[in-house]
Amino acid sequence: MSYTPPSLTVPVGPEDWTTGPEQAPVTFVEYGDFECPHCGEMEPILRALRERAGDNLRFVFRHFPLTGSHPHAELAAEAAEAAGAQGAFWPMHDTLLANQQALEPHDLERYAARLGLDVSAFTTALAQHTYQPEVQADFMSGVRSGVGGTPTFYINGVRYDGEYDEESLQKAIQKAIRLAR
Amino acid sequence: MSQPDAALAAGTPAPDFTLRATPDQTVSLSELRGHPVVLIFYPADWSPVCTDELAVFNQLLPEFQRMDAILLGISVDGVWCHAAFADARNLGFQLLADFEPKGKVAREYGVYREKEGSSARATFVVDKDGVIAWSEVSPVGINPGAAGPLEAVEKLSGQAAGASA
Repeated sequence: MSYTPPSLTVPVGPEDWTTGPEQAPVTFVEYGDFECPHCGEMEPILRALRERAGDNLRFVFRHFPLTGSHPHAELAAEAAEAAGAQGAFWPMHDTLLANQQALEPHDLERYAARLGLDVSAFTTALAQHTYQPEVQADFMSGVRSGVGGTPTFYINGVRYDGEYDEESLQKAIQKAIRLAR
Repeated sequence: MSQPDAALAAGTPAPDFTLRATPDQTVSLSELRGHPVVLIFYPADWSPVCTDELAVFNQLLPEFQRMDAILLGISVDGVWCHAAFADARNLGFQLLADFEPKGKVAREYGVYREKEGSSARATFVVDKDGVIAWSEVSPVGINPGAAGPLEAVEKLSGQAAGASA
């Protein structure tokens, strides 16, 4: 019996947070959790991969908070969405992953202030869990696509089941670029 | 049996069992008739892949509960190990100890790995009448996630879980 890795069930669309050109030959999706240490460790590697791939790669982040182990992950995900509503998803994403030990509500407010956001609107959104449905939608799309933990990656819609070191990922991205041509 | 090592397939009556969930509490599959039951066999507490897999099921617990389904994790670990593990990960469903005789239930479901002395990573969805409705054994080292069991329970309950974008 041969094994086929699962595919992304919800294609990347306008409601996703993306960086890199829409027409890039490779779309790389991460399902991540801002409190997950593996996600934090992967971040510099993913950044290096993005820089190397340049315009060949579009990077997408979707939320997959696992709150049993990571009690701050849900609110952190909502914080990224709330920052995103003010045009600062990626700066907040980067800040959260760089400060995984400090994700209490007052920390999140501090980051919002530091990024120059409307802190009042930001804290209201967190208090009212305005963006909980967006986070949950990401989570469910991940579940249905076969995400079994974080981080999980999809390269052009297929789950990446290889090693998580920079070289292995780089090879997989290069292969996807070649195949897309 | 012609295929002693093959996991029980859909349509097979699920073998009943009684296993310890805590030092002073047991769970029998037959007590759970009337509910879809998801049996999550996994190799060991604490190993990283299992942890993630169970964490995903844990996060989905409200969705499964909405569909009246019961989740049970099963490994050869003992009850005290399970207790510490469930506490550390805030797991909201029971972990059963297939501990004595070791791996007996995993054997009956055709998912015991003799050489490793532990269960394969395998999931069974049992319907409310105690018949296996869906089963899957995952390749070693591959995290199966929860998509298959979730869909299987949705089919049994005629409901769809959660908001899928």
